[in-house]
Amino acid sequence: MTAQTATAETTGFNWKEWVFTTDHKRIGVLYLIGSMAAFVVAGIMALLIRIEQSSVGPTITDDPAQYNTWLYFHGAAMILAFLIPGLTGFAANYFLPLMIGAKDVAFPRINAFSIWLFYAAIVLALLTFVIPDSPDVMWTGYPPYSVTTTGNTAFYVFTVHLLGFSSILGAVNFLITVIYMRAPGMGWNQLNVFVWTTVAAFAIQLVFIPVLAAAVTMLLFDKYLGTHFFDAAAGGDVLLYQNLFWFYSHPAVYVIFLPAVGILFEVFASMGKNRIFNYKACVYGGICGICLITGEVWVHHLYVAGMPDWLRIGQMVTTLLISVPVGLIVLSMWGTLWKASITYNVAMLYAASCLFLVLLGGLTGIPLALTAVTIHLSETSFVHAHFHFIMALFSAFALFAGIYYWFPKMTGRSADGPLAVFGFWANTIGVNVTFWPLFIVGVEGMPRRYWDYEMFPQFEPYHQVATVGAMIIAIGMSATILNWIISAIRGPKVGENPWKSKSLEWTHCPSPPGPGNFPEDVVLPEGWTPYDYDKK
Amino acid sequence: MTGLRTLMTGLVGVIATGTAWAQEEGYNPAPGWDHLWNEILIDITVIGVVFGAVAIYMLFKFKAKNPDDVGKGPKLSKAQAISWALIPAAIFMADDFFLSAKGWDLWNVYRNPPEDAMEVKVTAYQWYWEFTYENGITTDQLVVPAGKPVVLRMSSEDVIHSFYIPKYRVKEDVMPGRVTYVWFQPEEGEAIATCTEYCGLAHANMPVTVVGKSQADYDAWMVEQQASAAPSAAATAS
Repeated sequence: MTAQTATAETTGFNWKEWVFTTDHKRIGVLYLIGSMAAFVVAGIMALLIRIEQSSVGPTITDDPAQYNTWLYFHGAAMILAFLIPGLTGFAANYFLPLMIGAKDVAFPRINAFSIWLFYAAIVLALLTFVIPDSPDVMWTGYPPYSVTTTGNTAFYVFTVHLLGFSSILGAVNFLITVIYMRAPGMGWNQLNVFVWTTVAAFAIQLVFIPVLAAAVTMLLFDKYLGTHFFDAAAGGDVLLYQNLFWFYSHPAVYVIFLPAVGILFEVFASMGKNRIFNYKACVYGGICGICLITGEVWVHHLYVAGMPDWLRIGQMVTTLLISVPVGLIVLSMWGTLWKASITYNVAMLYAASCLFLVLLGGLTGIPLALTAVTIHLSETSFVHAHFHFIMALFSAFALFAGIYYWFPKMTGRSADGPLAVFGFWANTIGVNVTFWPLFIVGVEGMPRRYWDYEMFPQFEPYHQVATVGAMIIAIGMSATILNWIISAIRGPKVGENPWKSKSLEWTHCPSPPGPGNFPEDVVLPEGWTPYDYDKK
Repeated sequence: MTGLRTLMTGLVGVIATGTAWAQEEGYNPAPGWDHLWNEILIDITVIGVVFGAVAIYMLFKFKAKNPDDVGKGPKLSKAQAISWALIPAAIFMADDFFLSAKGWDLWNVYRNPPEDAMEVKVTAYQWYWEFTYENGITTDQLVVPAGKPVVLRMSSEDVIHSFYIPKYRVKEDVMPGRVTYVWFQPEEGEAIATCTEYCGLAHANMPVTVVGKSQADYDAWMVEQQASAAPSAAATAS
C-alpha cells in the first residue's frame, strides 16, 4: 500500500472535500454528524419534557404550547432525523460498500444529493425554534387537529418530504449497489447479516415512503389550499390519514429495527469469533419474513380508532404473527453467542445490553398486539415505554455498539476507555430508571402527551424517578459524545483490524480506508463467508 | 390421523376451557381485562426470564479464555437448520393463536353491550365533554346508576379526542363525522375519565368525573337536572 492510497488523513482538512464529496465514507460521516446533532437537540427536548413532568402543575413552563412543541420536535427528530438516518444513512453508507467489496455506491452523486437533502431537512426542522407558531402536531400530524391548528404544519410536511425524498434516493442507490456491485464470486448467502438487514430496510422504505409523502401532502392541501380530504363536514374522512400514515410508519419501525439487528450480528460475530447461528433461517425466515408481514399490521395503531371489528381482529392475528420472524432473528442472535469466545469491549457491552432491551421492548409489544388489551393501554405511558425500549433504546444502543465497533475503522483510533465505559453504565442505568416507572403508571392509566396530570397526582413520584433517570442518561450521553470527539482527535492508534474480525471491511482495507476503499481488487477464496472464524 | 384428531381436540379443549370465564353471566370489560392482562403478564414474563437467563449464562460462560480462541458455534446440517426454523416457528405460532383466541373472546365482551344497557351520547369539544341522556337532558358530568351497564355513543364537534376511563378499562377515539361506542359496568363511587388523543393546548385539561350513584340517588339527581333544565326550556318556548 502506497502513501497516496493509504488514508484520507494525508492532506489535512479541506472543507470543500466534505461539501462536494461523493465518497460514500465521507457521506456516511456527514450522516453521523447530522443525525447525532438531531439526537442532541431532540435529547434536550426529552430532558425538558421529563423535567416538566416531574411535578403536578407547571414546573418549568406554564405554557402548554411550548411543551407541545418540545414533544413534536422530540418525536419527529428522534425518529426521522436520528434513528433512520443514523442507521441507514450513516451505517449503511460507510460500511455496506466495504462489506460487499465495492469501491463506492452505484450512484455517488445521487448519494451526495441525498445527504444535502437530509441537511436541508434538519435546518427546516430546527426552524421550529425560531418561527412564530411553530408546529405542534406531534410526529404523527393527525388531522383535523393538524389542519385546524394555528401552528405551522407546513414545516412538518416539508421536513417529511425532504427526508422521504432523501431516503428514496438512498434506497434506490443501495439496492442497486448490493445487486450489481458485490465483489466477484460473492453470493447472496455470503453477505453480512448487516447487508441483508440494510437491503430489507431500504426495500421497505422504497415501497412505503411514497404513501407517507402522499398523506402529508394531502394534509398540506387541506390546510392551505382548501381541499377536504380529511374534513368530515365536507365529505372527507379523518381516519383516511391515520391509515395512510401508519401504513408507512409501522414499516418504518422495521426500517429502524432491522439495521440495528444487523449491527448486533456483526458485533456478536466479531467479538465472539463465531459463525451466525442458522444464517438462512435468520435471513430468509426472519429478515424477509418481516418484509412480507410488515405491510399488514398497521391497524394495530388504530385499535381504538373505531375501525371495523373484523379488521381489528384480523390485524391482531397478523401483528401477533410478527413474533415468528422476530423469533427466528432472536434465536439466531442468541445462537450466535452459543459456544462463542467473547472478548469484552465497549461495543460488546452495548450489544449485550441490547439483548435485554429487545426482550423488554419486544415482549411488552405482545399485550399491545391484542386488540382488547390495547383498549386500556393505548395512548398511555405503557405504550410510550414499550416503543422507547424497542425502537429508541434498543436501536440507539445498537447504533452506539456500531459506532464503537467501527470507530477504529473510521478513524484508525480506538474509542474504548474509562469515559466510554462510564457513559455505557450511566446510559444503561438511566434508561431503566426512566422507563420502568412509565410502564407502571401506564398500566394505571397515565395518558401520553400530557403537559400536566392534576387528575392523577398519585403518579407524581413515578414521574420524579423517571426524571432522575433522564438526567442520568444526559450525563451518560454527554460523556459518550465527548469521548467520541476526544478519541477521534487523539485516541490511541490501533491496527487495521483490532477485533481480528473476518468481515471484509476489516480484512481488506486500511483504517480509515482511502478513496476507492480497497488498495487491491477484492478476491474471495472459495466458500468465503464474513464469519469464517474456524478456518485458519 | 387419529393422533392429529386427538391433538386438535385437545387444542380446542385448551382454548375453550381457557376462555370459559369470558362467557360467564354478567361479565364486563373491566374484570375481563384484568384477567387477560394477568395471563399475558405470566406468558411474557416466562418467555422473558427464559431468554434473559440464557443470555446471562452465555455472556458469562463463553468469555474468551485467551485472545486467540475462536468460537465453536455449531455448523448445522440441512435437517437441523430446518428444524431450528420450523419447530420454534410452530411454538411461536401456537402461542400467537392461543393469545389470539383469548384476545378475541375479550374483544367480544368489549364490543357487545348488554341489551338492557342505558345509552348516553358523548360529544367532545376542544376542550370539554358534553353528555346527553336518553330524555334529552344535557350535562357536563357523567352520572350513571351503579350496576347498570352503560353504552356511550360518541362523536366530536372539532378534532379527534379519545374518551378514556382507566378504572373501567375502556377507551375509544371520539371523531368528527363518525360515531364510536364503548360500554362499561359502573360501580358506586367516582372514576376519572380523560382525553387520550392529542387535541391541542388543553389536551391534558379535560378530565371529568364519572359518578356511579345508587339507582335511587341517580333518579333523584335526574329529577334535579330536569327541574333545572325546565325553566330555561320554558324561557326558550315563550
